[in-house]
Amino acid sequence: MQKIYTRMGDGSVVELSESEVRQDLEEGTKDAAERAKIPSLSEDDLQRLLELYKCPDKSVGVEKGKEVILSYDSGTTKFNRVNVSVSKLQSLQIYERMLGADTMEMGHMDYSYKPAKNIMWIEQPVFEQALLVTIPPLFYGAMPNLGLYTQPDGPCLNPMELLPQGKISEARATQEEMIEHAVRDMVYVGSLMYESGADGINFDTTAAAGDADFLATLRAVEILKKKYPQMCIEMGMSGEFILGMHGELTYDGVKLAGLYPHKQVELAEKAGVTIFGPAVNTNTNESCAWNTARAVTFTKACVENSNIPIHANVGMGVGGVPVTETPPVDSVSRVSKAMVEIGRLDGL
Amino acid sequence: MHITHSIASGMGGMRTAGDLVARMQMSRGMKIKEAKEYVASKLKVSVSDLADPVVMNEVREDLDIGRVNALPRVAKGIDAKFRIAELLGIEINCVNQFKDRIK
Repeated sequence: MQKIYTRMGDGSVVELSESEVRQDLEEGTKDAAERAKIPSLSEDDLQRLLELYKCPDKSVGVEKGKEVILSYDSGTTKFNRVNVSVSKLQSLQIYERMLGADTMEMGHMDYSYKPAKNIMWIEQPVFEQALLVTIPPLFYGAMPNLGLYTQPDGPCLNPMELLPQGKISEARATQEEMIEHAVRDMVYVGSLMYESGADGINFDTTAAAGDADFLATLRAVEILKKKYPQMCIEMGMSGEFILGMHGELTYDGVKLAGLYPHKQVELAEKAGVTIFGPAVNTNTNESCAWNTARAVTFTKACVENSNIPIHANVGMGVGGVPVTETPPVDSVSRVSKAMVEIGRLDGL
Repeated sequence: MHITHSIASGMGGMRTAGDLVARMQMSRGMKIKEAKEYVASKLKVSVSDLADPVVMNEVREDLDIGRVNALPRVAKGIDAKFRIAELLGIEINCVNQFKDRIK
């Protein structure tokens, strides 16, 4: 029987039989459905995914007419990360003219709101200059990254050190303090960049530090939206499950710990988010087929439960994309097509 | 990876009407179908033409809202966005800021 060339979640090549791929697809969707208590993919969806993985083409794409909008996290940092020495302005022009970007994003190399606040004096003029010479919508983005507010990098005690000591109430108290600092920084940076003309503000990897991180971002979104009702706010998540590092935090009466994407988006909408980006972490011990089926299951439920556009995160290690520094075209394009056509996304 | 997604699923930005459809998602919170239909009606093209770079290059030339190739005396930045704001009937933040600065 002919083997199917595919990959594992870490990007390594594996050859599977058709029945093995089919089994992985079924188990991937079942895993998501059971965890989040959402519908698993239909037989039709599974069959389409199977055909996608059976296809011998290196690169696949959506059917004509089903193209969606792409938004980019930390756009301008990507060139410097691969040692291509271009300025932020040049990076944006490359995205605009050479990479077919529907939207663009500028960000600090140290891509978090805490360090970004220190360089607003130089970020704003560069951003304003970019807005004069580019045409697609331009976001300013960074990560909430609550961990940066802990000692020694920040003012707060580290909850990750307190928890193993059994100091639960102290760990909760310090996270509540971290939230205050993070909200202040996010509102400060978001305000300045919007006043410099930003088309939107992006909060990337929201909830990376758990429920406190999620709450801080929701509060910042709420404040910014009240200040600037026309502001477009994109919230990209960091994982499919909100970790309960605090465990008792709520927003609008809803406990944040344990929420999956279809419930995360409800709170994001309430806070005032314009575009929501669910993230589903890739499991490196499972195949790409398993991971993609799982990611599409979570994402599809999120889309169906949302009134706002959904741009799923499909970068390295999320959305079914392998966890590897150079994600292979065969895997990434299959994730892209699956997420858009079966997940029914508004963008990526 | 950006290139892979762009080729596999992206509308194509300024090569087509991707930036315009994006603006409708961002300014009005439109889902993709609604955003495409809105832009198509404003540009007086079909929805399927929105992602066609040959059609859209002509449309963008006629409307002077920015094209990929650099040509003399065509809109390239803020000037294109002035026209885009008017064409789509939306507020573009940097356009409004620019107007305030030159009062």
